[in-house]
Amino acid sequence: MLASVFIVMGSLILIVAVITLNGVPSLSLEILTQTSEGGFYLGPGGGFLNAIIGSLLLALPATGLAFLFSIAIALYLQKDFLHPSFANFIRLCLDILWGVPSIVYGVFCLTIMIAVGMIGGSLLFGIIALTLLEIPIITRSIDESIKMVPTGLKESAYSLGSTKFETAVKVVRRQAMPGIIAGVLLGFGRGIGDAASILLTVGDSNYFPSSITDQTAALPTMILNLVSMPDQVVQNKAYAVAFILLVIVLLISIITRYLTKKSSKHIIK
Amino acid sequence: MSRIKRIDVLKNKLLLVSIVSLIFSFIFLFIFKFFFLFVGFLVLFIILLLYNFIKVTRKLYDVVGTRLMLFIIISVIFIFFLLLASLIQGSFRIIGEESLSELVFSSTWKPFSGEFGLFAVIVDTLIVTAISMLIAVPISLLSAIYIAEYAPKKFRNIVRPFIDVLAGVPSVVFGLCALLIFVPVVRDTIAPFFGNKISSGFSLFTASLILSIMVFPIIISLCLESFNSVPLALKEASLSVGATKWETVKKVIFRASGPGILSAIFLGFGRAFGETIAVAMVIGNQELIPKSLFGPGQTLASLIASTYTEVSSIPILASALIFVALILFIVVLIFNLLGYFVLRRASKRWKY
Repeated sequence: MLASVFIVMGSLILIVAVITLNGVPSLSLEILTQTSEGGFYLGPGGGFLNAIIGSLLLALPATGLAFLFSIAIALYLQKDFLHPSFANFIRLCLDILWGVPSIVYGVFCLTIMIAVGMIGGSLLFGIIALTLLEIPIITRSIDESIKMVPTGLKESAYSLGSTKFETAVKVVRRQAMPGIIAGVLLGFGRGIGDAASILLTVGDSNYFPSSITDQTAALPTMILNLVSMPDQVVQNKAYAVAFILLVIVLLISIITRYLTKKSSKHIIK
Repeated sequence: MSRIKRIDVLKNKLLLVSIVSLIFSFIFLFIFKFFFLFVGFLVLFIILLLYNFIKVTRKLYDVVGTRLMLFIIISVIFIFFLLLASLIQGSFRIIGEESLSELVFSSTWKPFSGEFGLFAVIVDTLIVTAISMLIAVPISLLSAIYIAEYAPKKFRNIVRPFIDVLAGVPSVVFGLCALLIFVPVVRDTIAPFFGNKISSGFSLFTASLILSIMVFPIIISLCLESFNSVPLALKEASLSVGATKWETVKKVIFRASGPGILSAIFLGFGRAFGETIAVAMVIGNQELIPKSLFGPGQTLASLIASTYTEVSSIPILASALIFVALILFIVVLIFNLLGYFVLRRASKRWKY
């Protein structure tokens, strides 16, 4: 049993070690601060700043949109608003959406793109795909923490004369804050690292996107492009990109821990 | 008193501002012919006018807020059905040109000559998923039971972050690691050991290995949840009649949390079934019925990722790929429903 625990822990250590050992040597200041114009895919030189910016431009709006949807859904799933059996049906739908492979969201956006006639991809469709991907993740996390809110707290808010909406937004939301922060950051982490949904929808570009209908580069798709190149020097750049991606994901995990600990100080037990 | 007065003054000013914005909107329409600003100022005018004449009370906030939330929740359910409907609608074209049985039971996938048989890909998918579950389920179950029952608290606090972080590692990073470690290992060590000297390392087995690592955290965290919800009294009762710790685990905890374990396995299966990028990077991308585990193959999800670039040159390929996505969606749907009903039946039968 201990051996199997060590297999699980070891696989994470192995992944972090391999990416760090291979990624750090090809990392430099200029690779982080230049865009990939010119010979980035052909030899040494160039950088991937446009992919970092592109990934952030995809993941940040998507997380914001998904958060707005999710918090409304999760608050409405309480039994103050909805009959529990109907709420359970919606939870089942969201669970199914949670399990749907991200490539299906990509294909869904592809069908929209074909219908609209914009083949090639754009920032907009990437954001739509990521939003759809993140809604079930964030909702589930917020819903779990809202379930933990004690009924007494809500009842005392009602007894002071507050409306349902006020109770939900001012009392329940505040009490569920750790879960909300954890859910949003979890969704952001999934969004920034997911390759399958944006592979079909954002296309590729060597420059910064200037409008929402532009094609853009992103970190996960850039790794795929770099790996498929024959040149060894270029392939090594993929590990540098993966290292940055891994650092972002680890940072998010640390921030989540810190913020949930900090925000759970103020909740009433 | 003074506060109410201030609001009154503010409201009068708002009325003035709204009339000014109306005038502005017409100036922009007739003099500058600038349509967007006209619409913008008109909307501003209407909002300000409404704000002047509707009494904003807490009751109004309540009604509007609740309706807005209801609207959002209905729109998400609508998206769920839109997803299904658009996938079905998109795959009509390929089903119309080739019969359903030909699509599923023919094994020649040659988009350039118009043959779209998915049989080989489906077989590969099932093999890869089955092997990865065979590796992942025992290891995850054993580590979950160790973390929940045997581990000291200090060790548990060290392990939990590991599992959370492993769950968050992007799939493309998994794929890259598999490319760097598993491909050479399979090529040089494992395949020759089983008597296959020509394996390139890009194989079904490599994909299964990386998939099993990817589903560890899902199965472990869901199993931990259901192990922790087994009441302490049940365990204590078992221990008090003289059962050893392992007997308690085997006969009480596994049985009490059986449905939870089963639904965790279903969810892990769904993840392994639909994983795209990591598999596409190491499986070799050839639509063949496998002769051995160490030969190249293709799964349903990786098929989409590796052929979507040709959509613009072969229009009907888009429809075929949408059909593949539909298969993925329906299989995940079935497994989620199965997991749900297993849990529901069990919770009706066992109450403790």
